[in-house]
Amino acid sequence: MSQLQISTTVNGDPVEFLCEPDESLMDVLRDRLGLTGTKEGCGSGDCGACSVTVDGRLVCSCLVLGAEAQGRQIGTIEGMAKGEKLHVLQQKFLEHAALQCGICTPGILVAAEALLKENPDPTETEVRYWLAGNLCRCTGYDKIIRAVMDAATEMRGA
Amino acid sequence: MRFEAPETVEAAVSLMAGEPGNAQALAGGTDLLVQLKTGRVSPDLIVDLKRIPSMVAITQEDGGFRLGGAVPAADMLEDDALKAAWPGICEAAHLVGSTQVMGRASLAGNLCTSSPAADTVPAMVAASATARIVGPDGSRDLAVEDVPSGVQKNSLKKGEVVESIYLPPRPARSSDAYLRFIPRTEMDIAVVGCGVSITLDEGGIVTDAKVALGAVAITVQVVEAGAKAIIGSKLEDAALDALAAACSAACKPINDKRGTIEFRTDVAGVLAKRAAKIAYDRAAGVTA
Ligand SMILES: Cc1cc2nc3c(=O)[nH]c(=O)nc-3n(C[C@H](O)[C@H](O)[C@H](O)COP(=O)(O)OP(=O)(O)OC[C@H]3O[C@@H](n4cnc5c(N)ncnc54)[C@H](O)[C@@H]3O)c2cc1C
Ligand code: FES
Ligand code: FES
Repeated sequence: MSQLQISTTVNGDPVEFLCEPDESLMDVLRDRLGLTGTKEGCGSGDCGACSVTVDGRLVCSCLVLGAEAQGRQIGTIEGMAKGEKLHVLQQKFLEHAALQCGICTPGILVAAEALLKENPDPTETEVRYWLAGNLCRCTGYDKIIRAVMDAATEMRGA
Repeated sequence: MRFEAPETVEAAVSLMAGEPGNAQALAGGTDLLVQLKTGRVSPDLIVDLKRIPSMVAITQEDGGFRLGGAVPAADMLEDDALKAAWPGICEAAHLVGSTQVMGRASLAGNLCTSSPAADTVPAMVAASATARIVGPDGSRDLAVEDVPSGVQKNSLKKGEVVESIYLPPRPARSSDAYLRFIPRTEMDIAVVGCGVSITLDEGGIVTDAKVALGAVAITVQVVEAGAKAIIGSKLEDAALDALAAACSAACKPINDKRGTIEFRTDVAGVLAKRAAKIAYDRAAGVTA
């Protein structure tokens, strides 16, 4: 297979890479760009560990081809903290102990950030449905939901 | 394998038609990438449709809606006019996988994959939606129910793509609903799915209806006897019972881990009644 040369933007920075035509965006991010915060849980769209945004839209990067990134804006977990300063969601995950092994955490943070951009004041039910595609086998979800609700409150300035 | 992302439908068609090996269109990729990974398909060419403006647009046309062949469910769910006119189509789109999957999954992809359990297909069939198919010989409009031809088989010819799905204009007092049964509350495959579209007269009598069932046969089932059972009624119990009986009679299901033949047959009738009532209340303006 001949490789494709792709120009894209990742977390606001212009990025160029070569990839195979059948290579997933998840593999490109992890193996070619060294952005290993994006995790692979299943590779088939079921677990959400690979969640990123493409032009602002939340997607599973394992179900996107790297080649599709041409000219798009990609957002990953690495773009969430501003330097040393954690995002409110990240801070709340620590405070609420909303993670154990942490494999699901980057995907859940990216997904939760996308939710709060669209709906700054979600109900608990809305948070649970929005995150239904993010599986966690450690926490039992409760602390995750509480951390997201708490972050939402703080981000609304309430 | 090659990857192409043309900017016109004509270019997409000529790429697909000109590929001597296996060519696959790519809309949201939520089926195609899984199939690539498992090796169920090994295309020589993938043609990404999302750089083609008509494929990613939702437009109002002659009183109806035209949804591009790669419009993701998430875009549909942000379109208030579409949600008001076709709440049933939109609730079916809202059932396709997770938020992440809805960020990519299209109606055309759901249709072309031709899974018997595809959620949006019964809703589109109840809506009398048509698929605009463009190929090397030009373009044709096909009823949505005529696109799937078997389990994971469709009636598209080589080089053809679905450019758009058209939802026809709605008479006053019309609405639709889609319900599915799954063993969980989210993220599962339909055991039975049922779409109902209804039009009422000023007195609340059903003047037109279409009923479609998913996951109870190899392809989506249009239940004409079910529609007949409720036309002329106000969904009194007798009419609803006749609808349920017609839907159960239309089932040719399989036994699998999700449900037995008896269960699917029974649930088809139950869902049809419930979906008809929801569509009725929406058409009557009782609920949104
Ligand atoms: C985790 C997960 C959960 C899911 N849950 C559900 C569910 O609850 N209900 C459900 O119904 N489905 C579900 N699906 C399946 C899938 O998301 C849907 O079938 C979706 O609608 C497919 O659309 P797509 O745009 O992603 O299609 P793609 O994967 O891009 O394409 C699917 C097939 O259709 C062809 N195709 C796509 N667009 C066109 C076109 N315009 N013209 C011609 N051919 C075309 C492709 O070549 C391919 O063969 C799920 C999938 C995943 C990964
Ligand atoms: S790795 Fe992408 S959804 Fe699991
Ligand atoms: S913390 Fe281990 S999977 Fe969620």
